[in-house]
Amino acid sequence: MIVLEKRPQPSRAWSLATPVLAVVATMVFGGLLFALLGKNPVEAIRTIFWDPLFGEFAFYYRPQLLVKGAPLVLIAIGLSLGFKAGIWNIGAEGQYIMGAICGAAVGLAFYPLDAWYVFPLMVLGGALGGWAWAMIPGILKVRFGTNEILVSLMLVYVAEQLLASMSLGLLKNPEGFGFPGSRNLNDYPSASSWISQDLGMHWGVVAAFIAVIFAYVLLNRHMAGFHIRLTGDAPRAARFAGVHPGRLILFCLGVSGALAGLAGLFEVAGPAGQITIDFNTGYGFTAIIVAFLGRLHPVGILLAGGLMALTYIGGEAAQSQMALPAAAIQVFQGMLLFFLLALDLLTNYRLRLKTREVA
Amino acid sequence: MSETLLSIRGLTKAYPGVVANSDVSFDIGAGEVHALLGENGAGKSTLVKMIYGLVKPDSGAMTLRGAPYAPAEPRAARADGIAMVFQHFSLFDALNVAENIALGMENPPPMRDLARRIREVSETYGLPLDPFRTVGDLSAGERQRVEIIRCLLQDPKLLIMDEPTSVLTPQEVEILFKTLTKLSAEGTAILYISHKLEEIRTLCDHATVLRLGKVVGECVPRESTAREMAELMVGTTLQTPTRAGRELGPVALALRGLSAASPSQFGTSLKNVHLEVKQGEVLGIGGVAGNGQDELLAVLSGEIPTDEGAVELKGAGIGRLGPAERRRLGLLTAPEERLGHAAAPDMSLTENAMLTGSVREGLERRGFLKWAAAQDFAEKIIKAFDVRTPGPDNAARSLSGGNLQKFVIGREVLQRPDVLVVNQPTWGVDASAAAAIRQALLDLAASGAAVICISQDLDELMEIADRFAALNEGRLSEPRPTTGLTVDEIGLMMGGAHGMEVAAVG
Repeated sequence: MIVLEKRPQPSRAWSLATPVLAVVATMVFGGLLFALLGKNPVEAIRTIFWDPLFGEFAFYYRPQLLVKGAPLVLIAIGLSLGFKAGIWNIGAEGQYIMGAICGAAVGLAFYPLDAWYVFPLMVLGGALGGWAWAMIPGILKVRFGTNEILVSLMLVYVAEQLLASMSLGLLKNPEGFGFPGSRNLNDYPSASSWISQDLGMHWGVVAAFIAVIFAYVLLNRHMAGFHIRLTGDAPRAARFAGVHPGRLILFCLGVSGALAGLAGLFEVAGPAGQITIDFNTGYGFTAIIVAFLGRLHPVGILLAGGLMALTYIGGEAAQSQMALPAAAIQVFQGMLLFFLLALDLLTNYRLRLKTREVA
Repeated sequence: MSETLLSIRGLTKAYPGVVANSDVSFDIGAGEVHALLGENGAGKSTLVKMIYGLVKPDSGAMTLRGAPYAPAEPRAARADGIAMVFQHFSLFDALNVAENIALGMENPPPMRDLARRIREVSETYGLPLDPFRTVGDLSAGERQRVEIIRCLLQDPKLLIMDEPTSVLTPQEVEILFKTLTKLSAEGTAILYISHKLEEIRTLCDHATVLRLGKVVGECVPRESTAREMAELMVGTTLQTPTRAGRELGPVALALRGLSAASPSQFGTSLKNVHLEVKQGEVLGIGGVAGNGQDELLAVLSGEIPTDEGAVELKGAGIGRLGPAERRRLGLLTAPEERLGHAAAPDMSLTENAMLTGSVREGLERRGFLKWAAAQDFAEKIIKAFDVRTPGPDNAARSLSGGNLQKFVIGREVLQRPDVLVVNQPTWGVDASAAAAIRQALLDLAASGAAVICISQDLDELMEIADRFAALNEGRLSEPRPTTGLTVDEIGLMMGGAHGMEVAAVG
């Protein structure tokens, strides 16, 4: 019989090794899946993991990696703060949409004014939009003890309805011949988040890196971060140390909402260009996977965001080049989270073979 | 002593990294009250679990009435006439007494017959208990009675009792002892596990002393002194804490008509609590577990806010302040639950030193943490309080209970509090560490701090406290000087035998 035995303290070696092991296991079982679908598994794995980085067309894929990775990292960093403290913001997708709507609205309000302050104001608007949307589950939880998981998740669908309404109504391009969607912000230089479109560089990439450093310093060097970690490890001990649970909830939800809002703003002012009905593509949900894949550690999230972007880009390449079904790619991404969570057990427990003893 | 009932020969049980029992042998005679004596971690629990069939020994043999005995599971042990009352009760609050007892039976009789048998047994043994009362409304002593009657209904030949008196008032202990004496006179052997020496001296015929899994001695408790047994149990000469003569200063902390609802559904609300502690004084607060101890600590630590004036520190109302502000003013606390409340299990000792030390030890500056200073502080605690650990980087949960307790108490004491409140400071701590902790509390009081010690260990309170008060259902009795206080008086302050004053053994 195999039994799990709790380690006296978490193993550092395993906590570093499990993400790598999870990726390897995903490759093996993903490969099996592709083989069962009648595709060459080695080629499929190479198309997903190798070609976008070092293949013949890497010059095309690499900027794409930055564009896909930046919002994932930015959102995941915010989520990880709350997750560490046991505060589950599942609605980053909604905060992302609200950030995009608010930020774009600020930009469109100034159109066609050419001024340096337009973009910074949009950034502020985006952050505030996401923050305010996250404050709804936050305040409801603190005041009435509602479940933030449900409220934040349901607000995603409310945000999606608002998005549709905005692209059909208030923010609709007056010169758009009646098509839904706002003006394209890429045609309005003062409001564009691009730094260099050829390199895939926009301000969201910069913000993602700053967020990583910010989160690292916060968690390791600052009292607020210490309180977040303390709350996650032992809520009673946190209260004993003087943590105000309500304030911590508002802080964590607020930061994650603001960062998700920023991600939405940078996306709408850059890669997406305009508010449309189908503006959101699930970054807010994928970021949850990224946060856990990165073990809720800022540097880990940076790497995980890159990896997740790679499976997106590589997955799309595999779909187009090898005619793999989109569902297979999604199963592949799901496997990654599954293996990660399953192997995570080894950090705190060791497996031991044992003879039966207790009835 | 008549014939041998249970004979244990060379029982050995090892767990990874620790030998719980090594070559343990002793005999229990029929009708004998046999004490199993030892500190926490001496291997008492493992030994009785082997007898009760919960754990299988690695080697060694047991014989019951001359026949080989190797229970595969508790059910087999019960079939052979061995019953056990655990330290922690396994009762359902929402069910009544009879239903709870029926749940533990193989073939429960109809409820009416069972209720009648419960009444019979409870009357025979002087354990009054109404079979139709809901268990949730019973006191700890009454719940224990349910467990005992559940065992007695099986007509056991050997009754194992694991630390039965830790939840009882002195009066309830007396009732229990009468019952046990009667049982033993009828031929039921009792294996009595405890580390309370006076109890063992009054009750037991024979004692086996365990230390680090080995039998280190046997004695007849009535003919030995408590000190002899303690030194056998600990293995070294014990140091009794010394109380220097102290000058009492002005009132350091006062509670004025404090009432507070418990945050937990099964907690006890505090009702109109008054108390005053002076500088240099140790106030002992006794009481049976669950009578408001946790709530009192939370009210003092700042985890439960109260009216501004209900808690006064050096004359100023601090009822609204949180834990960090109170620490800044000099009011420090150490809760009972070490892992998860006083310390964060998965965090290192350095981080746990930061947990309460950041304010008074200057471990933060404008929100930024000074980890080097925190590590120095953790090392200082480890050194001053002899905490056995490889170093401050180790997680709190890797420490043994006693070592972590020394760390937790040391962390607060070394911050030079003006008022220190501790809850169960030596719970689960070995005797020498407990003596060190008590000495530290006395030294702190001698240096002019006010100390409130909440504890269920009356001997401890008598040893260190200047005045004694008891919590009973959230109410605090009038504090009285400990010198000259009798056990009977203490028992009455603790609420007597809960509703059982009429208990008379037939």
